[in-house]
Amino acid sequence: MPIDILMSQLSPTMTEGKIARWLKKEGDELLSGDIMAEIETDKATMEVEVIDEGILHKIISPEGSLVPVGSVIAIVAEDGEEVPADYQPQAADTATVEVEVETPTAPAAASVETTPMPTESQKKRIKASPLARRLAKVRNLNLAQIQGSGPNGRIIKVDIEKALRSGIRLGSNHAIPPAPRPMPQGPLPYHADEYEAVENTMMRKTIARRLTESKQNIPHFYLSTEVTMDRLMDLRAQLNEAADGEFKLSVNDFILKAVSKSLIDVPETNASWTEKSTLMHKHAHVSVAVAIDGGLITPVIRHAEQKSIVEISQEVKDLAKRARAGELKPDEYTGGTFSVSNLGMFGIQSFSAIVNPPEGAILAVGATAEKVVVEDGQVVIRKIMSLTLSCDHRVVDGAVGASFLAALKQHLQRPAGLLIS
Amino acid sequence: MSRITFREALNQAMCEEMTRDDRVFLMGEEVAEYNGAYKVSQGMHEKFGTRRVIDTPITELGFAGLGVGAAMAGLRPVVEFMTWNFALLALDQIVNAAAKMRYMSGGQYDVPMVFRGAGGSAARVSSQHSQCFENWLANIPGLKVVMPATPYDAKGLLKASIRDGDTVVFIENEICYGDIGEVPDEEYIIPLGKADIKRQGSDVTIVTFSRMVGYALKAAKILAEQGIDAEIVDLRTIRPLDETTMLASVAKTNCAIVVEEGWRFAGIGAEISARIMEKAFDDLDAPVIRVTGKDVPMPYAANLETLALPSVEDIVAAARQACNRN
Repeated sequence: MPIDILMSQLSPTMTEGKIARWLKKEGDELLSGDIMAEIETDKATMEVEVIDEGILHKIISPEGSLVPVGSVIAIVAEDGEEVPADYQPQAADTATVEVEVETPTAPAAASVETTPMPTESQKKRIKASPLARRLAKVRNLNLAQIQGSGPNGRIIKVDIEKALRSGIRLGSNHAIPPAPRPMPQGPLPYHADEYEAVENTMMRKTIARRLTESKQNIPHFYLSTEVTMDRLMDLRAQLNEAADGEFKLSVNDFILKAVSKSLIDVPETNASWTEKSTLMHKHAHVSVAVAIDGGLITPVIRHAEQKSIVEISQEVKDLAKRARAGELKPDEYTGGTFSVSNLGMFGIQSFSAIVNPPEGAILAVGATAEKVVVEDGQVVIRKIMSLTLSCDHRVVDGAVGASFLAALKQHLQRPAGLLIS
Repeated sequence: MSRITFREALNQAMCEEMTRDDRVFLMGEEVAEYNGAYKVSQGMHEKFGTRRVIDTPITELGFAGLGVGAAMAGLRPVVEFMTWNFALLALDQIVNAAAKMRYMSGGQYDVPMVFRGAGGSAARVSSQHSQCFENWLANIPGLKVVMPATPYDAKGLLKASIRDGDTVVFIENEICYGDIGEVPDEEYIIPLGKADIKRQGSDVTIVTFSRMVGYALKAAKILAEQGIDAEIVDLRTIRPLDETTMLASVAKTNCAIVVEEGWRFAGIGAEISARIMEKAFDDLDAPVIRVTGKDVPMPYAANLETLALPSVEDIVAAARQACNRN
């Protein structure tokens, strides 16, 4: 039997993959462990390793093609096997199914979430036959608005037909927001000679989708504060001097350590919203935004609260380096519980970040700069850094966010504490 | 085209196959000199002689085993059980020998034979002689189970069963033996595993087989007067089951009932409704409803016997319920 090689789901958010490169060509012998192809996912470039040995009989998806997860990308023949000319890959059907999932009809489910405070009767399960459910989905009808005429008030086919005849398309004008339109309809107001159309990479599409979802669905609010950094900058200089080239700590390393301690101090900030319950994370898995070619990625420092600043520093350097090379594995950029985004090195004074779901908050770090401030009635010059915390109000309330920032400020202004524990 | 009885159709099928193929022979209680307990083998002893139409002692397990051995040795036996009630004694040969021989011999032996005889309830023969065992037999991998409803189907399916390379369990309904139907004069074969739409309709699918096909046709007439257009799927072969025809019908009507003479618990209807639920869930506008025999040993009294069996009225009521016309 010929073996179908499928596009596998290489990251939790991946719905399709792009064939970056074929390292084997048709007719090549495949040995276990060989790399057959490279696939560009929404996050990274991954290698497809040979599991079933044989001959690469046919490449179905050429380089550069976008393939839904689960579709056949190649056919491998076992050694000495003749593949019939009319051989049909087994999983071919699933491809079309996957594509359908991508069409933006999803808000049907979202409508329930956005309806404010459903009453007891609305929360009840709607009785509808499987056929009625299918028809309602296809026709974008809201079952909650249809009267069932079947046994026990079950909505059946005739009820759907009646609703369609009466012309009420309740699904579209009730509760369900229209599908987002990324671009205005009609011709673009730019002359074709005056721009270059750069095809969106998988990563750009993922960033666009996830951040749009986040900004639309998560009720953001923002808290800002300023931190005096003189002692921390001094401590950092001393440590780097003493390290004698063995390591070099960045301001961000201190911030990550301080954040991890503050997340343990104020665990309500280290939380994720789900419909059923709020997940209170037991560890500080801190996502660090890293700018890379064509976008950004957030590798995760796991159990940051248990690591020393030096360990954190080394881990960030390693992750950032591999992130830029596109070599991160999915488990290295998923599972964070809180994000830190630092644009201080670009001289940005302060900014507001977008929550990185399913995390509950993100900290935006600005540049540290000398400023004139008033202390005890005296005008003095201090190194000041601004911090802005963006919170998902479903899990983090204003007072909780404020106590997190207070804890963080304390850790940063008494930096020696970051060296112990 | 001739109009002949169900038993004549079976007789023709056996005679034609015995004429065509010297390896085919008939064996069973009273099949030869008495011309068959139900006269299915009328005239066959005279025509083919004692070598090929063989009277056996009343030893179901014994002659079933002889049949299995003959099939393994290269013959094509047709073993008649006077009724399938008596075949209970032969189940070890059917289930443990015939059904498993090819598998357990690693493909060295086939058992191409037919076990046939009367099944279902007759009229006032009481509990031990009024039973349906198709669900028992269809449960066994290695057996094919065939249950014709008309003389035409009986002849075409029995010929296919005799020619089949596997062991075929062929259950004839006792009440149907006298049914008359049109049968072509020229030779024909009906392939196993193919259901037949006995009536086209658009409102409700009635899946059934054997004697209940006739009941369903009567019910469909009544339903039509009430404005419900029923489609009747006659399975003809219980195993292998023709899912395609059944599911296509459900996709059209969006509801189904299953009618069988046998008991409800783990019956053929349970299998059919499970398959429809698994494979046509999104086509269903209502749960599949089963119409079955009552969960009791068959009573001897005629009035109770009638009540214990599915009736045309039961089918009408179930069909109305399935398409929500109550």
